[in-house]
Parts: sequence; structure tokens; C-alpha cells
Amino acid sequence: MLLIHCPYCRDDRSELEFRWAGEAHIARPEQISEISDEAFSEYFFMRDNTKGIAWERWRHIHGCGRFFNAIRDTVSDKFLLTYKAGLPRQPVPGTETAGVETVEGGAA
Amino acid sequence: MRKYSVFAVAREAMRSHKGWEQQWTSPEPRSSYDVIIIGGGGHGLGAAYYLAKEHGITNVAVIEKGWLGGGNTGRNTTIIRSNYLYEESMDIYEHSLKLWEGLSQDLNYNVMYSPRGVMMLSHNTHDMQSFKRHINANRLYGIDNEWLTPEEAKKFCPPLDISKTARYPINGAALQKRGGTARHDAVAWGYARAASDRGVHIIQNTEVTGIRRGPNGEVTGIETNRGFIGAKKIGVSAAGHSSVVMQMADVRVPLTSNPLQALVSEPLKPIFPCVVMSNTVHAYISQSDKGELVIGAGTDQYHSYSQTGGLQIITHTLDAICELFPIFRRVKMMRQWGGITDNTPDRSAIQSVTPVPNLFVNCGWGTGGFKATPGSANLFAWLIAKGEPHRLAQGLTLDRFRTGRLIDEAAAAAVAH
Amino acid sequence: MTSYRIKGAGRLTPARTARFTFDGKIYTALEGDTVASALLANGVHLMGRSFKYHRPRGILSAGAEEPNALLDVARDAARRQPNVRASVQEVFDGAIIQSQNRWPTLGFDISSINNLLSPFFAAGFYYKTFMWPREAWAKLYEPIIRRAAGLGVAPKEEDPDHYANRFAHCDVLVAGAGAAGLTAALSAAETGASVILVDERAEVGGALLFDTSVTINGQSGYDWAQGVLVKLAAMPNVRVLTRTTVFGYYNHNFIGLVERVTDHMPRPDKLLPRERLWQVRAKKVVLATGAIERHMVFANNDRPGILLASAARMYLNHYGVAVGSRIGVYTAHDSAYEAAIDLKKAGVEIAAIVDCRAKPGDAVVSAARNLGIEVLTGYSVIDTAGRLRISSMTVARNSSTNHRKIAVDALLMSGGWTPSVHLFSQSRGKLKFDAENQRFLPNIYAENSISVGACNGTDDLNALLTEASAAGGGSVSVSGDSAFTWTGGMIGAAEGAGKDTTVKAFVDFQHDVTAKDIRLAVREGMHSIEHIKRFTTNGMASDQGKLSNMHGLAIAAEVLGKEIPQVGLTTFRAPYTPVTYGTLIAHSRGDLFDPARKTPLHAELTKAGAEFEDVGNWKRAWYFPRRGEDMHAAVNRECRTAREVAGIFDASTLGKIEVVGPDAAKFLNLMYTNAWDNLKPGKCRYGIMTREDGFVYDDGVVGRLAEDRFHVTTTTGGAPRVLHHMEDYLHTEFPDLKVWLTSTTEQWAVIAVQGPKAREIIEPLVEGLDLSSEAFPHMSVAECTVMGVPARLFRVSFTGEVGYEVNVPADYGASVWKAIWERGEALGACLYGTETMHVLRAEKGYIIVGQDTDGTVTPDDAGYGWAVSKKKTDFVGIRGLKRPDLMRSGRKQLVGLLTADPLEVLEEGGQIVADPNEPKPMTMLGHVTSAYWSENLGRSIAIALVADGRARMGQTVYIPMKDKTIAATVSDMVFFDKEGGRIHG
Repeated sequence: MLLIHCPYCRDDRSELEFRWAGEAHIARPEQISEISDEAFSEYFFMRDNTKGIAWERWRHIHGCGRFFNAIRDTVSDKFLLTYKAGLPRQPVPGTETAGVETVEGGAA
Repeated sequence: MRKYSVFAVAREAMRSHKGWEQQWTSPEPRSSYDVIIIGGGGHGLGAAYYLAKEHGITNVAVIEKGWLGGGNTGRNTTIIRSNYLYEESMDIYEHSLKLWEGLSQDLNYNVMYSPRGVMMLSHNTHDMQSFKRHINANRLYGIDNEWLTPEEAKKFCPPLDISKTARYPINGAALQKRGGTARHDAVAWGYARAASDRGVHIIQNTEVTGIRRGPNGEVTGIETNRGFIGAKKIGVSAAGHSSVVMQMADVRVPLTSNPLQALVSEPLKPIFPCVVMSNTVHAYISQSDKGELVIGAGTDQYHSYSQTGGLQIITHTLDAICELFPIFRRVKMMRQWGGITDNTPDRSAIQSVTPVPNLFVNCGWGTGGFKATPGSANLFAWLIAKGEPHRLAQGLTLDRFRTGRLIDEAAAAAVAH
Repeated sequence: MTSYRIKGAGRLTPARTARFTFDGKIYTALEGDTVASALLANGVHLMGRSFKYHRPRGILSAGAEEPNALLDVARDAARRQPNVRASVQEVFDGAIIQSQNRWPTLGFDISSINNLLSPFFAAGFYYKTFMWPREAWAKLYEPIIRRAAGLGVAPKEEDPDHYANRFAHCDVLVAGAGAAGLTAALSAAETGASVILVDERAEVGGALLFDTSVTINGQSGYDWAQGVLVKLAAMPNVRVLTRTTVFGYYNHNFIGLVERVTDHMPRPDKLLPRERLWQVRAKKVVLATGAIERHMVFANNDRPGILLASAARMYLNHYGVAVGSRIGVYTAHDSAYEAAIDLKKAGVEIAAIVDCRAKPGDAVVSAARNLGIEVLTGYSVIDTAGRLRISSMTVARNSSTNHRKIAVDALLMSGGWTPSVHLFSQSRGKLKFDAENQRFLPNIYAENSISVGACNGTDDLNALLTEASAAGGGSVSVSGDSAFTWTGGMIGAAEGAGKDTTVKAFVDFQHDVTAKDIRLAVREGMHSIEHIKRFTTNGMASDQGKLSNMHGLAIAAEVLGKEIPQVGLTTFRAPYTPVTYGTLIAHSRGDLFDPARKTPLHAELTKAGAEFEDVGNWKRAWYFPRRGEDMHAAVNRECRTAREVAGIFDASTLGKIEVVGPDAAKFLNLMYTNAWDNLKPGKCRYGIMTREDGFVYDDGVVGRLAEDRFHVTTTTGGAPRVLHHMEDYLHTEFPDLKVWLTSTTEQWAVIAVQGPKAREIIEPLVEGLDLSSEAFPHMSVAECTVMGVPARLFRVSFTGEVGYEVNVPADYGASVWKAIWERGEALGACLYGTETMHVLRAEKGYIIVGQDTDGTVTPDDAGYGWAVSKKKTDFVGIRGLKRPDLMRSGRKQLVGLLTADPLEVLEEGGQIVADPNEPKPMTMLGHVTSAYWSENLGRSIAIALVADGRARMGQTVYIPMKDKTIAATVSDMVFFDKEGGRIHG
């Protein structure tokens, strides 16, 4: 069971409190009704499904209820960083891969 | 190829089994092939076999990163059935089931297909509506699937608790008698042996690191840790790693890879005669020929390539198993493991041409890939050979994610096995 | 019967005895005995039969690695446990123990014929035969194989015992309480860290329990260990768990433990759980799991009486039992000499020590010889004899054909020690191969953990203690001494395994995998260790290869001509030893398996005689049978009464979300296909929700209470996912909107009153509101009080009758319900449940999302195209709806169906065809989504999804059933009160 750092609660909590919410930083197209079928398919269905470092969303659904973003290695399942929703895609923290940091920022 | 038979076994028994030859050979790769299949699981090995057998294409290599059958082929709970809801699904799973029925004989390898019956438990009105929808659709399509009362279900599977006081009492069940199990390793080995016999090269411990493209974007071969190997056509059949391989050709696919866990008990004398599934309480179970109770657990919620998952997934599954079969509470879990499933948004597979000429993909089988093995392999071979899908696999193309013509098996079943 | 209990040896108290039966015969044990030590004390070695060949087998080990002596241990008929390791299970007074996998008796087992037929049963033989005729596998061969396979007999009765579960957190978890684990735990504890120390045995000490030549801090190793235990037990920051196995090492230092609480007790307190699951999140894990001695692989190395040298030492030094009276030793490692020395000193005859090495450690050899033990170096045991117990070993000098038979009644083996890296490997740490000592050791860690002692390959006692102390994070002053330094060890087939392919030299005892099976697998092209494992089943028995893996690997490597690391190592999987399902589920059974959700009115419904049905997690009132009524009669009465008088219904399970804020309407505009700007406060509207893909996701009535406040209702099952979906968009796509969402599903009790007399029933109870149709027409909402209770009153209808939904705070639900029912009953109304609700809504053609729709139905397919705003420039689903397949003609649409025979009620899920005579596979137009007997219409009605359904009005379609084909006419979905006047009445 994963141990996840909620950037809002600023606490490490068990995975049971969280719900995975898919890949992060996939913005809904601004003029969605105008986009092509291909673009819609790309937006709604196609995914990187990265093996390795991935940006993803979680929700602390049985906690504060907030959605937030995380960088996780999908091979080792180690979290490299969790950060608040609304922040831009964060860079992968240096070489330190074991610890979990928090980036504070404007809440969405 | 030396034919397997009871006589051959007897003859070898007399001379200490010294005469058996290698089931498949491990040749050095040629500089190029007509077709390269990436992924040496049941689907990939089977596709190579059918390319050789049914399409006369024998200059074929199957490239496997690790050991063949080491992915989901060797990690699943071996359930076979074809009682799916939509025509597109029935087409391919029934095609598969028919191939299962003769596979041991076709391959001259006992894959131990055992039609012991797959029974799906109904717990409430919604289940009943859904199962009857399946049963009626299956019947009109020529696929066996029948409704059982709770008493009939209990008769078919005596350990089942059908008491009205259960948390989720059973109000009936859908039974596909032709459904059952098979021996997973034997499927990979049987296809490997038969394909190897027809000239297919099986190349293990070789990792594909790139897909090379020609001036018109078409594939020309693969880069591997053993060097470049040319190919006129490439078929990707890499299950949980499909996204990774397709990315090498700059093709994105609608997949999420999730860990799927399973477990077996210590071996017990025969106690469980069939396969039982319950979508409502999320459990499925059978007993192997060795006597282990084979139990499928759920997928972990996050995307991962780790082949491991959380203990909570296992305990939740056992909660459900012991609720359905209270006599199993003193049974012990002997081994748990995980695989990586490649899941599509509609929980139906993809078998398709791709935007890249001569690159074909077979993926997205999610939690249902084992039962599809012969059918999928057979139709994937057709797709590669002819360049267009077989009639039975026309609905499975990537184009459905553009048009919206999804095959929504997810809507019909919470646990699609 | 001779007792093999040695006076003065061991640590058990002779005065405290326990009696048990084994295969019906009564035996006496000492308290603290394992079943194995107790049987050995009585001279019994034969304890089981192997899996495949049914060969007689005895105890092999003194620990969790035991592959042979698996027994059925019972307290009573329901408390019966198959496959129990005799070497682990402690004897308790009254235990009923039986051997397994034999018939009729352990001594005479018919299936041992398999042993004679074994030439046919080579590894993987079943893949090559049993293929003809085609049906025979499942009908004939497989049942025979299944009956022969398996080990214990599964319990037949429900387990009456209960189990417990605890979560715990600690700074340091130490797995294993041998010299290394105790030192690490003490070191950590003295820094103030919270420590959990776990050991699988009843007593701490690990190898110190048998290795009596070790002293630590001037004491015997055993005494030192008990002293450390006392110290640790007194520390408030330390928890010591004995009889507890660390079975699983999961992600992020999440550790699973199983504590065996009562299985050793003769009469356990009923309040105690049988076992307890511990789920521990540790900041750091110290692995001090020791090492497991390997057996020697040689011809007929499996006879009862042949066992591991360290096990014999454990039985002698801890349990005071000699495993034989004339004992041979076959070894490749110095440690076995100490077993011989200890036994010799205890007065047991040692026939010979046979050492396959030319140069064993000098110290052990001279110590043995000084005691008068014959030591044969450069010799091997090439065979053994004895049917149910070893009677002799055949010994030959290596590379010589001369051999000598030596009579023995027990044979000790040691191939050296395999570090227990199971947990390290489970944690996904990477191993490295220590070629010099032929073993895999921890190399790269994946979690915050550290291995110490024997499992880390640290053999020297003082190095081990220093390493363990450092790993604990503190510093304990500890030093030790042992009589001998051990050398040696081998993996793979020993000299006596024979190069040929006829000898049975067992690698995996339980699964009867021999060295020749491994060689055969390689010959057949199985070159990966995983293939070899799967082909031969080596390492797949219930001991999971604790003894066999390294041997199998070495034999394969030898045949392949490869180095061991090139062949690879199979993955270690949890659990370390098998874990009871009951323990893993702990409290999650019965009502606690998945707690049922009950509405605030549940008790009232029960009192009124409701039958309930499961809807998701909810228990909902299904119907209210009166005396003598079956479901059909009750539902017919309820349906009639509701339309003629009124019906009262518990609608509390409806999902409810309070949407509040200045941008609330704007937000709903985005979340629903409908427009919400123009909905006036005090009014309601039916809304349809789609996801981006354009398919119907949920529906419900939304009431606007104020400019900035909406009361949103969802389907019963949909409430959590709809809220999640809304929150998702609010947090990530529309974060600038000022809107707050609150789940109020359980805040409100909802009482629906429907029917011509609905108003008359509730009017006197409602305060501050004019209920007339003019002032409060259909689709109105208002805040008011009902019986003085603050309420939200909706005038809505899911029946087509005049309807009200009274929302009151949940705590007041029951009293308001009672008051409404009191008035309703007097006026001739009825209570109704979900079944009547379904019929009444179907009579009006109202859909149920999830029943009449699945994930492929658009609003237009469902006949709700009007609910999709044409004016809005954006809403979730706007683009998905325009995809080619969603726009095409011929899509399945919801329509009504009227059967030709009005008495015929269709089956929900029935499939619809145009041509009933078409051969299979038939072309299906769609399916019946809802079908009922309508008492009010005096005929059956149905709703169906039919391809191009609205263009087929009046056409006949067919629903082929198993035994007949039913004709039906496609119709409008509104069957009752087509003009819709009643709702406004």
C-alpha cells in the first residue's frame, strides 16, 4: 500500500485515503466544441502511460478532498514529488529519489 | 518435430527420457524477417504460429525481452469463457473458445483446456437484468450461457453459500458450461514448439529499443540490445508494455497499465469443481489440477509497471471469497503475484492497423487476455498477413476512439474476466 | 515404545505433559514440543507422503522451511487445519493430528504405485499425452490427476474461530529475533525509537536455540537472548511479537505480520482471536532473518529419518530429543559436525560423518575424531535403503566404485546455508551473487531497510553483532565467541546424485522434483530458470523453494554450462509462509464485510413489514406484503392504491449535492446538458449529465433554492461518482468558479408522497406554504417547516401523479414519516417500495439511468434530446456528442414495447430481432431494458433499446426466448395518462 504525501494536508497518509485520477496536465481544450474528432480522441482517450517518471493526479478523497499532482516512478512506484493542483508541471527533483517533498503554491 | 503421444512417453520412459528434443530452438537472429512480432507471450507466439500455418509466412521472428510466456501469459488465472455481451466481443471470444476446444490436438501439446464451467453469480436485480441480457444475446448468437437458480448454482458448486442472510445473497447465476480453464504455460510452450517447428525464430532475452522507419514512414525493422533486425512488417503484442513499444514508433494508444494481482492457496484435495465469478463482490476463483485454489484479485488503482501491488487488494478479494465460501476461511494463501494489464477506456481490446505503415498492434486485452489467446493470435495473424482486419475483428480497430463506436464491456461487467 | 527423549538435554520441563493423537494413536508430549519433536521423541519419523510419487516422508527440518511433514491438525471437527507443518505447530493437549495424502494408511498407501510408475511421470509428461480422444482430458484424465494431486483436505465446515487486525506504525521493525535481530532491536530501542521485534518461533534466539557452542557477553547464547528479551519487554517503546511471521514486504515499507495467538493453547479463551494480522508502516526495517540450511542432493535422499543437521541439533539441544540411535551424517559444511558432536556427547551413536569435501575445517574434524567419530572426507553417500525409515547409507570414496553400506536409523545432511533474502527480495531489492560462497546476498535496497547477520552473509559472530548494533541506529556493547568457525557448503547435485538419468535425488521434496527432472527440463529447451521452475514445478510447493531453489538453479547452470547469475533467480513472492485467509480478512465478514447503508427510515420500514433489496450498498424497501400476499399481489395493490389514492415511499437514498456560490448556475451549465440560467428560484428542472464522451452518466431533479443555491439530486448509485466528477472539474478545469459542493445525501430523509390524495395527506403537516397547484405547481421547491421541522418541500413526481418529496433533517425523518403515514393510512393510502416505484415510472416512460441506459446511450437515444441545450457554447459532453458514431442514423433508441399477448411480461434483458427465423448468429436490434405487469393498465408494458426505434413505431418485433418467441409492437414510451394531466391535478 502506497504512502502518499498530500500537499494540502502536508502529511503522509495511506493510499486507502486517496483515489488515483489519471495523467496530469491534460488540459481540456478551450474551445472544445470546435476541435476535430482526432483532437478530441487525443484529448479524451490517448495517454502516455509512461514507464518511468510520470506526472499524475490524485485526490485525497477520504481526507481533505482536494485533487493534486504527483510525480511518480511507475516502475518503482516511488513518489518523487507531490504538488498542488493548478501549479504547472513541476520538474523532477534532482537526484534525490527517495524523499517526498512538497511544493507550496496557489491552490486552484 | 517429434510427435508427442502416450507411446512416445512410454518409449522415452524405457530409456530415461534421453530422447526428447528441445521444444523450440533458440537460433541467432537473421538480418531481416518478413514479419517480426514483438512480445513472446501466448498472443505473439500464437500469431507467429498462425502466420506460418494459415498464411504460409514462415520468415517470422518473435522477439521477447525476457523468457517466453513470462508476462501475463504466465501470470493469469487461466479462465476461459466467451459469454460476452456485444457482438464484437462475442465474435472474437467465441472464435477463441472454438480454437481452445481443439488446441491440444492442433498443437500436439496438451494445454489442458478443461471446460469445467464458468459460473457468474448474480446478487441483485441489476445483476439479474445484466446477466439475462448476456444470456439472451449469447443464445441468439449461438453461444451457450444459461440461467441457474440459487439451488442449481449450489448444486453445480457445492461450497457456495446461498443463504438468504448473506450480506449479498445470491439470486441466481449465469453458467457457461463450455467455459473453464487451461494450463497457461503450456499455451506459450505449445505455440512456441509448433511455431518453431514451422520455421519461426523465437528470440528470447532480446529487448526492443527502437522501431526504425523508412522514407515513407513505414517500418523497416527494430533496434534491439543485440543490434538491428530488419522487418517488412511488425506486429506489436506486448500487453502491459504496449504503450512503451508503440511510443518507439510515435504512436499513442488509449491504454493505462495497471497491476493486477492474483493468489493461490496451498494445494488441497478436489473441493471446487468449476470457475466462479462475482462482479458485485469482486471475486473469482477456481481450483487448479495441482489442488491450489486460484483466486483473481483486483487491479490496483494507479498506473504502474511494477508487477506488484498492495496487500489491501488481496485482503479485499479474500473478504469476498470467504463471504461466498465461508468454509475456506481456514485455507491458507501460499503465493501472491502481480501482472501488468493494459486497459482501454471501453475495456475491449484493440487489434488494428496504425498510422505507421506496416505496423500492427494487438493490445488492450486488460484482464481478459488469456481466454482470447488463440482467437486473438489467429485474427492478428490475419491482420498482419492481409493488412486489414478479419471480419470477426473489424470492431476492434483504433478508429473507434475517433468515431465513438466503443464496445463498452465495462458498462456491462465490473470485473471483466 | 522407546523414548528418544534424552535426560538432561533440552529446555522443556519434563513435568508438564500434553497428550495428542496421531493417526488415531495416543502420544505424550512435553509442553513446548512441536508436533515434530513430540513424534520424534516417540521414535516416529514417518509423517507424510509426497505429492506426486506418494513416497514415505519424514520430518526434514525444525522450522518453517519444512516440505514433508505436513499434517492435518484439529481441535474439533470445525477447527481442522490441513497442511500444518509439524516443525512449526506446537503440541497442545487434545490435538487430533492426522497424516495426509495417503490411502488407506500412512504406512500402506495405494498411490505409492506412482513411485513404480515414475518413469512415465517425468517432469512435464502431462503436456505430451492425454490428448486423445479430445473430450477425454476433462472427462477422464484430469479428474484422476486431480484426485491424486492436492495435499490436505479442505475444511468442510465454516470456521468458528475469529481473527483480529491491527494497524501499527514504528520507527524500526526488526524481522527475526536471533543474535542479530535482538542486538539491532536493543540498539534501536536504546535510542528511544519505537521498535517492533518479530520472530516466528515461540521463543527468541533464532540459531542460538540450537547452537549451544555460542557465548555472548560471557553467557550462553540462549541465556543472553532471554536476557535481552527481558530488557526489551520492559521498555515502553518496544513491542516484541513472538509466534509472529513477517509474511509480506509491500510498497513504502508496509509490512504484513501474522501473529498466531491461540493455536498452541489447549483451551483458548473464546475472546481471543485465533490469529492476528498486523499491518505495520515502518520508517525503517531491519532484516535479521537468518539463513536456512540446505539438504544434500543424492540418491534416495528422502527417506524418513533423513533430515537437516541443524534440525537434529535443534531437536536435541532445545527439545531434548535424539532423532535416532545410530546416526550418520552427510555433509559439505562444517556445521553438521557440531550436530554430530552434540549428539555424541549426549550419548547417541554416530555411525560416521561422510564429508564430500576433501578438506573440511580442521577444527571440526579433529573435534569429531577426538570424540571417536569416524570421519570420511572425500566420500559421498551414494544411496540409502529402508522403506518407511532409513536403515542404511551406502558410502563411497569420490570417483571410486568401491562402496560400503553402513547401518543407520537417521542421516543428517548439510549442504551449507542459504541466506534468507525472501523479504529483501519482496521489497524489490536487487541481489548479487557471492560466487565464493555460492549464495545470493542483498545488494541494492529499494526501501529504507537494512539486512544484518546471516541473511546478509555476515558469518562471523562479532562482525554480525557489530553490524546489527549499527543497523539499530544506536550502539550496544556486545561481543561473542563460538567454538568453531564454519566453512564449506555446496549447491547442486552432490556426488551421489549420479550423472545418469535414473537416480531419484530429490531437489524439491514436496513436489518430487529430482535432479534428473531439472536436467530433462534443460534438455527440452527450458533454459530460463522460470521455465525450469514451471516445467518441473521445482520450488512451487507450499515451502516455496526454501530448500530447493538454489539446488535447482545450480543443477540447471551446470547442464547449461553457464554461471549461476546468468541463469537467473526466480522471484520471491509473498507470503514468506502461507497465511490463513481468515487472518487476512480479519473482521471483514458478515455485516462488516461491506457495511450496509440504511436510510433514517429503515426501522419504520421494517416495522411496516417491508421486504428489502440490495441497491448498491443500500438496503431499500422493495415492497410491503400484507398477510397472504406474494410479491406480485403486493406490488399490484401498491400500484393501484398509489394511483387511486396515494402512496408513500422512502426516497432517502437519492443522491443529494448542495451546489452553492455566486457561480453555481454557471457551474451547472457546464456539468449538465441542460441550461440552468433561466431556472427561477423556487423551481425545479430535470437534468441530464454526460461525461465528455456524450453518453448519459446520471440524471436527477435539480431545485433552485436561491440565486446562488441549488439542491441537486442524483441517482441512488451515482451520488459518489457524480460528486467526484463535479469536484474534479471544479478543482482542475474550472477553478475560477466560485462554487462549493457538499454531499447532503445522508443529511436529508426524503419522504415521497404521490397520488391524487398526496396534497390532502401532507397539507395539514406543512407550515408556511400554500400547497395549491396555483401557488406551488408541479416542479416547484420551497423551504418551509413540516411539523415544526425545517424542511425542503419539492413538488415533483416520479409516478405521473401529483407528488411531493418532503426533505427533513435525517434525525427527524422517522417522526415525520410516522405522521405522514398516520394521515395517509387513514385516507386509504399505502406504503410502496422500489418495485412499485419502478412500475409506476415505467407506466409513464420515465427512465432509470443504469437500467434503461448503459454507457453507450446518448440523451437523444434515451428520448431526452430536448434536455441538451442547443444554445450553450460549452458543457461537458458537447464535443463528444458530435462524434460520427453518436450522430449516425440507426442508433439504438429507447421506445415502448407492447406484447401481442397482453398477459405476457417480457424478460428484462430479452434480445429483440426483426426476423425471428434468421439462423444464428442472429441480428439483434436491441434489448428489453424494463418490463412489468401494469395492474393499472391491465397488461404488460416494456421499455426497450431498439435500433432506429422511433422510426419503427407500430412495427412488430420479436423477442426469441429459450422456449418460445414473443411478438411485440413498438410503441411510445408513455403508457399511462398520455396527456399527462394527472401530474398537475
